[in-house]
Amino acid sequence: MRILIIEDDRDAAAYLTKAFKEAGHVVDVAHDGVTGYDMALEGGYEVAIVDRMLPKMDGLTLIGALRGQKNETPILILSALGQVDDRVKGLRAGGDDYLAKPYAFSELLARVETLARRRPAGAPEETVYRVGDLTLDRLSHKVTRRGEEIVLQPREFRLLEYLMQNAGKVVTRTMLLEHVWDYHFDPQTNVIDVHVSRLRAKIDRDFDAPLLTTVRGAGYMIRDGAR
Amino acid sequence: MTALAKLFRATAFRLALAILAVSSVGAGVVLAIIAWQVVAVVDEEIARTIDAEAKGLTDAFNHDGLVGLYSSIEARKRQPGASLYLLTDPAGESLAGNVEQIPLEVLERQGFIVVNYRTNGPGDRVRQALVRIYKLPPGFLLLVGHDLGDRARIEGVMVRALAVSLVFFAALAALGALFVARNVLKRIDDINTSAQGVMAGDLTGRLPVSGSGDELDRLAESLNAMLKRIGVLMQGLREVSDNIAHDLRTPLTRLRNHAEAALAYGDDPAAYRAALEKTIEESDALIKIFNALLLIARAEAGGGIDGQTAFDLAEAARAVADLYEPIAEEEGVDLAVDIDAPLTVRGNRELIGQTIANLVDNALKYGAMSGRHPGDPKPSIVVSARRVGDAVELVVADRGPGVPPEDRKRVLDRFVRLEGSRSRPGSGLGLSLAAAVARMHGGRVELADNAPGLRVRVILPAEHAPPALPAPVSGSVHEPVAG
Ligand SMILES: Nc1ncnc2c1ncn2[C@@H]1O[C@H](COP(=O)(O)OP(=O)(O)OP(=O)(O)O)[C@@H](O)[C@H]1O
Ligand SMILES: [Mg+2]
Repeated sequence: MRILIIEDDRDAAAYLTKAFKEAGHVVDVAHDGVTGYDMALEGGYEVAIVDRMLPKMDGLTLIGALRGQKNETPILILSALGQVDDRVKGLRAGGDDYLAKPYAFSELLARVETLARRRPAGAPEETVYRVGDLTLDRLSHKVTRRGEEIVLQPREFRLLEYLMQNAGKVVTRTMLLEHVWDYHFDPQTNVIDVHVSRLRAKIDRDFDAPLLTTVRGAGYMIRDGAR
Repeated sequence: MTALAKLFRATAFRLALAILAVSSVGAGVVLAIIAWQVVAVVDEEIARTIDAEAKGLTDAFNHDGLVGLYSSIEARKRQPGASLYLLTDPAGESLAGNVEQIPLEVLERQGFIVVNYRTNGPGDRVRQALVRIYKLPPGFLLLVGHDLGDRARIEGVMVRALAVSLVFFAALAALGALFVARNVLKRIDDINTSAQGVMAGDLTGRLPVSGSGDELDRLAESLNAMLKRIGVLMQGLREVSDNIAHDLRTPLTRLRNHAEAALAYGDDPAAYRAALEKTIEESDALIKIFNALLLIARAEAGGGIDGQTAFDLAEAARAVADLYEPIAEEEGVDLAVDIDAPLTVRGNRELIGQTIANLVDNALKYGAMSGRHPGDPKPSIVVSARRVGDAVELVVADRGPGVPPEDRKRVLDRFVRLEGSRSRPGSGLGLSLAAAVARMHGGRVELADNAPGLRVRVILPAEHAPPALPAPVSGSVHEPVAG
């Protein structure tokens, strides 16, 4: 995946470059807003990571300008202070996701990888998700595994839906909290864990091939032939 | 300072000029009115004198004829301070009197008139007089008049009075300016100097109070009271930051210990990794503390919040309850939500959600740990909300040990954890954050007895407009998209 990092802090940029490369991605870096804007316009990036405070052109202006040019590169905003207003402003300016510094790299990686998946725009939405022998029908809200129906609570259904939508990708606890409960605050870690283990009990317990796995220090992933 | 002194002097000078201008115009007007009145009185007096003299002379004419009139005039004109007399025959020839020259046309006129004339005695010059012409049969004209020298003298007196008073007023103005410069401006200058001392950082400094109780004193007293209040606030702030520094020392020390442990375990990769994980965990906890502190500080600074929308509090509370429900179940606690109908409030759903989460977390942590009460089948937590007049009241109630009345205010402060709670994880910021969020929204948090247990009420102003389409604060961007 080609990632553009627009970050003026050279240490942070170097660290991110190294970490993303280790995760198997191709990274370009811009150290100021204007260069970053030009590079993003040239296109070809699947995701851009934009720091809010940038020399020459600040992050929000840059995003607004890109969107004004009909450039739809998914953008993740990084901000120094994790304040609520900031996130709202960032998303309003046209950002697709938001992460406050300091963050865990695993969190950033997971978010960037799911962001890239949002494309291509305009593709018809799938109505049935399939992972191995597990299927989820988004219209009838029916979940079956190996043909057997599994009864889920509405919240469990949305949890599974989000995991399956991002099948094969790591989904962090905060991402789950955001998409299933629509909250962005830092949860007590085990709050989400209990929900996931309940879901796991329903979809995995009676089957020999587990699909839902815990990714240590990062989050969860659903995929065929896990473990 | 010299520039300031110059300004003061300029102020005093302008003040002196103003006093002078106002008082001289005033004096001029008063003196002019008096002069005008006095002249009128004098003129009236002269006219009466003229009439009386004319009567005496016509009497003499009626009794003794022209001869009597003539001798009367001759006798009168020799007296000191004499009036003016002129008698002419029908041909207009002067027969008697003491007037040398007088414009002829005057003799044709009626009533009192002011004329210029010359006396036929020594000191021959043009003078002014008030005269009147009387006709005597068969064609004689008798002019009787009086010199207006008195009137001129009065006018002179008035002009001199004006001049003298101008000098007097100028002196007064100078004195006034001096007084102002000495007292008022000097005191303002002193206040200014003291204020600059305060600005330079000496918050204990106070403005001088003269003790006269005048406006300047009252101003200085108000400012001093303000300085005192600022001092108290600063003191409070210092205490808070001292406390924060103190309370952050514990987690920072723990962080350091983990890092040190990691170094010590150098050759055992698993232990090394575990120690590093602990280090990261500890720093995440610290970041959380900082974020909470920042938010609380912002609420205390009194600023409102951006990102306010109308949202359904019932939905927000249900989402939190739903989030905690499995944990509650694991701990054997009944977590019930008792909210009906949408309850629209205006605010930040994110912050209010976090507040509810903090309260539910507390209820689970402290309210459930003491186990069952007689008569209670199960520890239970109830999250409820309803509209009370203009407010929306959200309540999180548990049936645990509760908080003693004397501690109910204190636990809302930063870092306060009660005796007996310290064994549980936490940093003592949950309730402070809840209180801060409520305050940011123009509401408050109150703790009460749930007999048994704790009952936390979060009171928020209700949205007044009828609930339109309650929209969540954010999340629209994260709408699931098929991929
Ligand atoms: N429901 C409750 N029942 C009994 N005591 C409580 C309850 N809620 C709070 N307290 C007391 O008030 C103190 C302050 O609570 P607060 O939520 O501010 O901090 P904390 O829970 O200790 O830590 P944190 O919320 O930051 O993790 C607690 O330590 C506890 O002593
Ligand atoms: Mg708490």
